Amino acid sequence: MQVKITINGKLYEKDVEPRLLLTHFIRDVAGLTGTHIGCETSICGACTVLANGLAVKSCTMFAVQADGSDVVTIEGMAKDGRLHPLQEGFWEEHGLQCGYCTPGMIMCSHQLLARNPSPTQEEIRSALDGNLCRCTGYQNIVKAVQSASRKMTKAPKVAVGD
Amino acid sequence: MTQRYVGQAMKRKEDPRLVSGTSTYVDDVVLPGMLHMAIARSIHAHARLKSIDTSKAKKLPGVVAVVTGEEVAAHCGPIPCAASIPDMKNAQRQLLAVGKVRFVGEPIAAVVAEDKYIARDAADLIEIDYDTLPVVVNPEKAMDPASPRLYDEFSDNIAYRFAFESGNTEEAFKNADVIVKERFINQRLAPVPMEPRGAVATYQMPDNELVVWNSTQQPHGLRTLLANLLRVPENRTRVIAPEVGGGFGCKIDLYAEDGLVGYLAKKTGRPVKWIEGRRENIAATIHGRDQIQDVELGLKKDGTILGMSVRSIADLGAFHSLFTPMIPTLTGLLAPGCYKVPALKFDQVGVLTNKMATDAYRGAGRPEATYLIERIVDVAAQKLKMDPAEIRRKNFPQPDEFPFKTSGGVIYDSANYEVALDRALELSDYKGLRQKQAQLRQQGKYMGIGLSSYVEICAMGPSTALPGGGWEAGSVRIERTGKVTVLTGASPHGQGQETTFAQIVADELGIEPDDVVTMHGDTARVAAGIGTFGSRGTAVGGTAVYLAVQDLKEKMKKIAAHLLESTSDKIELGIGKLMVKGDSGRSINFADVVTAAYNAVNLPPGVEPGLDATRFFEPSNFTFPFGTHVCVVEIDEETGEPRITKYVAIDDCGNVINPLLVEGQVHGGLVQGIAQALHEEVVYDENGQLLTGSLMDYAVPRAHDFPEFELDRTVTPSPVNPLGIKGVGEAGTIGSTPAVVNAIVDALSPFGITHIDMPVRSEKVWKILKGRKAS
Repeated sequence: MQVKITINGKLYEKDVEPRLLLTHFIRDVAGLTGTHIGCETSICGACTVLANGLAVKSCTMFAVQADGSDVVTIEGMAKDGRLHPLQEGFWEEHGLQCGYCTPGMIMCSHQLLARNPSPTQEEIRSALDGNLCRCTGYQNIVKAVQSASRKMTKAPKVAVGD
Repeated sequence: MTQRYVGQAMKRKEDPRLVSGTSTYVDDVVLPGMLHMAIARSIHAHARLKSIDTSKAKKLPGVVAVVTGEEVAAHCGPIPCAASIPDMKNAQRQLLAVGKVRFVGEPIAAVVAEDKYIARDAADLIEIDYDTLPVVVNPEKAMDPASPRLYDEFSDNIAYRFAFESGNTEEAFKNADVIVKERFINQRLAPVPMEPRGAVATYQMPDNELVVWNSTQQPHGLRTLLANLLRVPENRTRVIAPEVGGGFGCKIDLYAEDGLVGYLAKKTGRPVKWIEGRRENIAATIHGRDQIQDVELGLKKDGTILGMSVRSIADLGAFHSLFTPMIPTLTGLLAPGCYKVPALKFDQVGVLTNKMATDAYRGAGRPEATYLIERIVDVAAQKLKMDPAEIRRKNFPQPDEFPFKTSGGVIYDSANYEVALDRALELSDYKGLRQKQAQLRQQGKYMGIGLSSYVEICAMGPSTALPGGGWEAGSVRIERTGKVTVLTGASPHGQGQETTFAQIVADELGIEPDDVVTMHGDTARVAAGIGTFGSRGTAVGGTAVYLAVQDLKEKMKKIAAHLLESTSDKIELGIGKLMVKGDSGRSINFADVVTAAYNAVNLPPGVEPGLDATRFFEPSNFTFPFGTHVCVVEIDEETGEPRITKYVAIDDCGNVINPLLVEGQVHGGLVQGIAQALHEEVVYDENGQLLTGSLMDYAVPRAHDFPEFELDRTVTPSPVNPLGIKGVGEAGTIGSTPAVVNAIVDALSPFGITHIDMPVRSEKVWKILKGRKAS
């Protein structure tokens, strides 16, 4: 089936098998390998990307379901060589160790902050329940999101994927 | 040397690429003409293979090759086991099953195809006819000579016995006022690194050159093992561990798939990739823990420990992976914990069952020791009506008794257990907590306070203790421009060695961490190495780097002395320069000394050009980090859920290079240890079917399961290495598990509860509460 998916502002058009997963479209067709695959059952969230602004788990979504969508991956977060406040937050607060879950964590956190710019610790922990991290114990991930929240509420709105 | 960077909470040098999605993990490696491998695995826990029909799979368009056990066994060696125990039965397994399968998930056939979807389809088309055999999953039953045997060639399923006695335990128990006994089950866990395993191999003829990308914790060890297994010269074999997405011990081993990609690359002449799925990961990547322990502790009325007996059954699973039979024996070495236990009897059997093999998982044999001693000490305190803090304090060896030889047979390097305990009691407001607990109990509410004073065996280790060597290699090269390249064999997977090693080198040379690049994870770049596990990365790997820098400093001092017309003993390194001590006017820039070393026209006699040094550090002993954790739980009366409301961890890992990274290691360790206490368990049914085969069933903890941890440190430098580091990779995991269970038992002690087995899920507690209401 022919699909057209815009990823980080660039259009990718390809004839794909109906069963091709969105995550494989992103990684293998678009060659954007920052989106990781961790569980194949929608539990771990390593493959989280934004599709039309919503955080989705790209390992359990078919590429054909994303036909016509506007997708943002971790590679689309930095702008003009400047890291997004969430990326900075993870770096500054030591919110990552092996880094494998990090892109998914950042994309999911992005959705949280879009909906709730100043979340409480409890709200952050709850929002990240669909994203597993085996290294950090989550504490510094919470701090990373808080740090980004502070920066983003002070600074002019940071747009992503446009 | 001025410490400008060591001890500072520096942001990590490796993070910009990791937060940008530009780093390269194994699955990101794409090579021209690359094929994809999929594995057909056993659906039975114990069966003879009657026939394997691969014809349908081979006919599927896009399939390039299908191989089965006999063919692979004719060209490749078995899965290697490096551990050895006297009179051990070596339960060896081929890469693909030959004749028989012994656990669900055991690889039977491998397919390579043009893409991963076709490879998976083809693997599913392989028809395997099984003749099922009786299954044994319970290790106690497996010990019975009448139970089904996993290996026809062995007389029974007992793989080894490891027993020793220090002191006279019979006498100790005779003299004891009180003897407490308990059975502890340390359940089977799955390591679950967020990046599953994966491997890519290429095989170039006519040079017989094998290049492998592998998500491994030990590229050099894997290179040697793979060269032997695939019968390729080691000097034609290169292993690259690119970004590795977590290991926790399970990526030390050589697995069937690691060998198969190499064999199939050789067979097909094309690169082959295999990436593990999560269900494969839980079924066929090593598991951890899995011990049954019968523990007896004899004490005087005042709480003084006289002796301990431990009988342990270690469930090894179906075969021996790299360290399988060695890991449970570490429990014996650490069984006395941080107490004086004058007499210890330890008797362990390692048993084969129809389950995946166990091996090193974060802590690896030591959490099982800490759990048994920390639980039994609490059982004793409960019986003696002593405060858990006081029974611990009473039995600590004092600081002036170190180095302290234990009845476990090891020598603890340095410690002050009481200071860590006191700090934990102070930070948690232990007295206040006890008062609150008493008040809540009067209101019919159940809160518990759990302590755990732990010690662990780290910085693995002297070579006498580690099969294959316990040293580490480090190279430091100062390039012509003054930039510094560090090469370490301690290949990290999230620990942050690129940052900590830059901090060490920058301080030693008086330069900036930004001028230091640490390379790792490639056997073609780094000459030799062991790897990162057993909390050894910085303590052993960092020390090798430190020693190499000392060599370069000495050489630079000689050159500087020559240029300044002084002697090298009078030269010292400052920031960006070398100078004559006490004569600030006579100095030379660091960069000028480097240039002199490479231009080589004015070097002192006997000094070779260049600035490049390699050192191997062989530690004289393990290190023994320690600490005390305090956990507070509140029991939800409706659901039985034990909710952690406060967690204080005091850890002493010796000197600290980067407190930010130490904290991160402790946080992650705490979560893994707490998850063992509350959530995680690999469950097989009586037929050997894996009931927790995906992340929908295996309970990896989530962000909302934890409160904010409160951490602090005491600092007792280790005398084992010049940096005074003890290591911190496993501390959180080792210390936390018993603290949580002790807290839950403490909460439920009004009901006469002395022990609850892990994982302590709501259901278990709810049943206890319900029983109380019913009575």
